[in-house]
Amino acid sequence: MSTHQNAIDVRGLTKHFGKKTAVNNIDIAVPEGQVWGFLGPNGSGKTTTIRMLCGLLNADAGEGTCLGYDFRSQSEQIKRETGYMTQRFSFWEDLSIRENLDFVAEVYGLPRRRALVKQTLEKLGLESRQNQLAGELSGGWKQRLALAACTLHSPKLLLLDEPTAGVDPKARRDFWDEIHMLSGQGITVLVSTHYMDEAERCDRIVYISYGDIVARGTVSEIIAQSGLVTFTIAGDDARQLAGRLRGLPGVVFVAFFGAVLHVSGYDRTLLEKALAPYRADPGLTIGETTPSLEDVFIQLQEKTGGANV
Amino acid sequence: MNGGFSLARVFAMLGKEFIQMRRDRLTLGMLIGIPLMQLFLFGFAINMVPRHLATVVSISDPGPFSDSIVAALANSSYFDVVKATNSPQEARRMLADGSASFAVEIPANFSRDLVRGATPELLVEADATDPAAGSYALAAIPNLVSTGLRNDLKGPLASRAFAAPPVNVVVHQLYNPENITQYNIVPGLLGVILTMTMVMATSIALTRERERGTYENLLAMPTRPVEIMIGKITPNIFVGAFQSALILTVAKFVFHVPMIGSFGLLATTAMIYITALLAVGYTISTVAQNQMQAMQMTFFFFLPSIMLSGFIFPFHGMPQWAQWIGEVMPITHFLRIVRGILLKGDGFGEIWPDVWPMILFLFVAGTIAVRRFRRTLD
Repeated sequence: MSTHQNAIDVRGLTKHFGKKTAVNNIDIAVPEGQVWGFLGPNGSGKTTTIRMLCGLLNADAGEGTCLGYDFRSQSEQIKRETGYMTQRFSFWEDLSIRENLDFVAEVYGLPRRRALVKQTLEKLGLESRQNQLAGELSGGWKQRLALAACTLHSPKLLLLDEPTAGVDPKARRDFWDEIHMLSGQGITVLVSTHYMDEAERCDRIVYISYGDIVARGTVSEIIAQSGLVTFTIAGDDARQLAGRLRGLPGVVFVAFFGAVLHVSGYDRTLLEKALAPYRADPGLTIGETTPSLEDVFIQLQEKTGGANV
Repeated sequence: MNGGFSLARVFAMLGKEFIQMRRDRLTLGMLIGIPLMQLFLFGFAINMVPRHLATVVSISDPGPFSDSIVAALANSSYFDVVKATNSPQEARRMLADGSASFAVEIPANFSRDLVRGATPELLVEADATDPAAGSYALAAIPNLVSTGLRNDLKGPLASRAFAAPPVNVVVHQLYNPENITQYNIVPGLLGVILTMTMVMATSIALTRERERGTYENLLAMPTRPVEIMIGKITPNIFVGAFQSALILTVAKFVFHVPMIGSFGLLATTAMIYITALLAVGYTISTVAQNQMQAMQMTFFFFLPSIMLSGFIFPFHGMPQWAQWIGEVMPITHFLRIVRGILLKGDGFGEIWPDVWPMILFLFVAGTIAVRRFRRTLD
């Protein structure tokens, strides 16, 4: 094995549910030790892809490896070295925090179980609450417990499915600090998210829509690839403007960022023309900006047909 | 909007409930399936006057009289003569292992006594572990015998044909001579209670994990299907053992049910029975999507178990197809084993014909359960 191999290296990954194609012929190659963000609208195939990678769903087509194991035939080995955090809290709510960790440690056959669980509880700061039922924890604590439990067996690969959904900003920040710390130890992370600030913390981003990868790269690469031109309109009358600008030639989409209206398109001339009538309005300030990642994602979503069902 | 009663809101609720009811296909199916099943079972399978009861005839005095008696029994709808033998011991053994419910013994010198004008005895031994099952048939015997002999009692014997009964029918109620219903029902309850609780307990084993979302986590860890199954089933084996001990204690000290046979044998077969039931429950839990469905499927298994097993209604009173279904159910065999061991003092040899079907059932149910278990969420 070479030292610079990919932790995830799959090609042509495909999954159908009945007539619907959930994941369509996608390739993902994540180098060891990197943090990759997996983005896309709801129902775009993110969860399905993650589940196929850790052997929870059988792929209809595709080949490749996870951690050097054939992802189709060696899912047992992959499971041993992978931590998977489900979208919904999936530890046992009627077991205490300690009992949950104990169970996980035992299932993986981890040595020096007592010491390991004790150490984990200390690290989590849950020592004093170790006998509390997991179901009584708040969302943020549940998520921390889940992360601790799915990294208990020191996995080489972490698959996190929208781990921060419904968690407060402080807890999200702490969670990401933890992920960067794990990544620093050499763990590869694939994390799906809807949050732009989280996407920006990733080494690379993969954007998937309707089961197809429609963009990939670093944040700046994705913004550059989009070819988007974005104007901003600020001012008291900006709110009324959104409806009027939508649908004008050259205007691909109009979206508010706070109180500022972003008007984006591909053709600078057409956009200028659409905005021309409002330049004279003293109540409006029109400027230009580098498109943000969110602008690009909205554009990708519009281009590929919006949210999936 | 007003705060009072709103018919519109009632209709909104109604509409929602009807939609949800229609979506839950299994519940809807059960609502139709269970009444139909009950109708068919009660309507066709249950017969309070059992006929075609297995009968063995032991003939120590062959001749035209004994031929006529056998023919009379065979022609009546109450008895099916499954065997004619010259050995009373063999007849007794068939009663013990349950292959016959009645043994009719024609003693030596029967013809001689009859011709001489004495009133010979015809010995009828009945398996009274289930007192209700044989009572109608027993009551019919004297009449059948007299009628059957009428053709043979001709010429000089003609006067005997219509006089007082030519034969004295002596009935021995074996195993439960006092016809105490509890002796039959209480051991039977052991089988019924276990069927209900054991299947129910495991039917939600995986279903609950699935409902709570912990199933996905379980699958993502290196646990194997068979490990999960053993882990889920074993605690309930202890529960079942405790229940059995409780029921047997009450049976002995409250209902004074006799316990003639080996306790060890009973405990062993109860373990097989409990495990078979747990395998059924576990299979249900691999299919049921939620706990409600699991309960319904449990009921669907429970219903024929009590109706077709011979617990309430005499097994031999049912038509052949119902008996076949009954033979598949582990409870049918377990009831025979429990009654056999407790009331008849049966040993391993007598109960073996009912032990292997339970083992086979356990094997098949266990295989289905493991194969039904999906390692993935597909």
